[in-house]
Amino acid sequence: MHSLSFDVAHLLAGSLVLVSFMQLYQDRLYALLNIFALHALILALSVAWQAYIQSAPHLFITALIALVFKAIVIPLALHRIIVRLGIHREIEKVVGVGTAMLLGMALVALSMVVMLRVTTEADPLAREDLAFALSVVLLGLLMMVTRRNAVSQVVGFMSLENGLVLAATGAKGMPLVVEISIAFSILIAFIVIGIFLFRIRERFDTVDVQAIDSYRGERL
Amino acid sequence: MTFDPVGAILLIPACAAALLAVLPDYRLSARINILAALATFAIAFSLFFGRPDPGPYFHVDDLNNVFIVLTTFVGFTTSVFSGSYIAHELETGRLTPTFLRFYHSMYQLLMFAMNLALLANNIGVMWVAIELATLTTVLMVGLYRTHEALEAAWKYFILGSVGIALALFGTILVYMAARPVIGEGPEAMVWTRLLLNAIHFDPALLNLAFVFLLLGYGTKVGLAPLHAWLPDAHAEGPTPISAVLSGLLLNVALYALLRFKMLLAANPAALAPGPLMVIMGLISVVFAAFMLYRRRDIKRMFAYSSIEHMGIIAFAFGMGGPLANFAGLLHMTMHSLTKSAIFFAVGHISQVKGTQRIADMGGLTQTNPVLGWGLVLGVVAIAGLPPLGIFTSEFLVVTSTFARAPWLAVILVFGLLVAFAALFLRLNSIAFGEPRGNSEPAEASYVPMFCHLGLVLLVGIYMPPALVGWFQNVAQLLG
Repeated sequence: MHSLSFDVAHLLAGSLVLVSFMQLYQDRLYALLNIFALHALILALSVAWQAYIQSAPHLFITALIALVFKAIVIPLALHRIIVRLGIHREIEKVVGVGTAMLLGMALVALSMVVMLRVTTEADPLAREDLAFALSVVLLGLLMMVTRRNAVSQVVGFMSLENGLVLAATGAKGMPLVVEISIAFSILIAFIVIGIFLFRIRERFDTVDVQAIDSYRGERL
Repeated sequence: MTFDPVGAILLIPACAAALLAVLPDYRLSARINILAALATFAIAFSLFFGRPDPGPYFHVDDLNNVFIVLTTFVGFTTSVFSGSYIAHELETGRLTPTFLRFYHSMYQLLMFAMNLALLANNIGVMWVAIELATLTTVLMVGLYRTHEALEAAWKYFILGSVGIALALFGTILVYMAARPVIGEGPEAMVWTRLLLNAIHFDPALLNLAFVFLLLGYGTKVGLAPLHAWLPDAHAEGPTPISAVLSGLLLNVALYALLRFKMLLAANPAALAPGPLMVIMGLISVVFAAFMLYRRRDIKRMFAYSSIEHMGIIAFAFGMGGPLANFAGLLHMTMHSLTKSAIFFAVGHISQVKGTQRIADMGGLTQTNPVLGWGLVLGVVAIAGLPPLGIFTSEFLVVTSTFARAPWLAVILVFGLLVAFAALFLRLNSIAFGEPRGNSEPAEASYVPMFCHLGLVLLVGIYMPPALVGWFQNVAQLLG
């Protein structure tokens, strides 16, 4: 039953989980962005492979979006924002690397237990894809929780979203996948523009108030 | 070509949004905004008398008909209120004409997104529509560009995005459950098809899907402990948006949740979704009731009151059965009308006083009698005193619960009483006593506020049999 198509899909989905773990322990924003670009690249490969084995050509659009938008445009844009805002030094974390990794492992174990037990009826490929996808989603959530910086939170959100795209493409014949991935791209573009315009440095507490005040002063 | 009400309900706001984006004159924009909202409401109302057959993307049934009419009605009255509200904001310089153009366009886009979410017969389309509604409200919450407003918008954005991401995972799982039964392709996301075939779905997958959907859409409903974005978003945005958020958007998210609850209820092997909703509802009621005591900001206080009432509604639908569902529907309608009326009053009050701090308000019934008494009437209604409509619906929720699960009813009543006391404590200092803070004569439009409160009073005293029959039908449908 383990054909080549299964093995390749499995390999790519598994690599996505691995790269999610790599994101967890990055402590520099530039490195984090590079790892995220890798994450998006693997997603693009995985989606393209699914498009090929399911012979669903519209999925190639999703793969292309992942490749161009998420692996190239967004990391470059965030890179420039980091330079402009002068926040390239370090990421403050709420918990240490060791704790984050342990929590991550627990989350992956949780998603395996939940998904594999629940989907005994489904075909093995979709099943394992879903389990991997849930792991990526949960790891993305973990990253959003353990980072304070707005840029790394956005990276966390995007890797969470990569997990969703993995799940959607793994579900064979799912309609609206392309539309949904476009909707998500718009959402992310909004977030990135938001960070840039409002210069949100930290999670919710410090915005660069002076910049906004002088802006308002001009308008009044 | 025949007239298509569904298309019109979607097209009018969409075209109005595009038109308002290019019109520079704000007075004209405000009028067009009102006109478009009125036209949408009129067409939505016509759905009561004849509705199109369900298609692959849109459908109208008894359940969403109630929601659509309520949404378009409150959307219309809020646009009237918004007209006089923004004129004042422009005078004081808090908003500029450019921002207003943006605001009006976004308002219609939000109406479009909510109508689309309600009309959608496809769970994927419904998800996209709720995402669009989230995006537009985020932009409007941050409209004032102050530190607090941006912070609130960012918080809402991040929490809302995580919420809708989880909801999408749940949606994918529902598709996975449906695929073996219905087959691959778009058919397996059509809600009416899903409901017909739900009995054959894999129950374990459905259960898991519902957990994700409850967490995802529950965040948008504002159920505790997922409510963190709600008070900030309500307090910092323009007041018409607070009214629409509380009165409508929370309902739309709840509607999505109800649709999936019906799916689970149609499959006897799946877990009963009721208890989960009952628990989250009760936590929201009790938590929000206590949080009401420490509020210093008037809009934030009523935001917590919204959490409390969404808790009551989720509780009622979670209990299920004809009577509790009926009570839940009635409560939802009454809450939408009352809470938006309160926000209409609060919007003008904070303009008159120049602040949202409760400590700087006082003696409103002396300085601005109409506004002050309007607020008193609204709070009396929202606290659940007879003879207003919320009393009727809360009474129904409590009595139907006492008959089936007395202990749950005790907790619910406890939460209601705590909230009641908190609201009147604050109301006392705002509306009565020595006048405090600065006060100007209000240039307000009182019609929307008293129109809502009048409806709430009417339902409290006499409910038309047609309405009762209608709600009973829907309650049956919800199971």
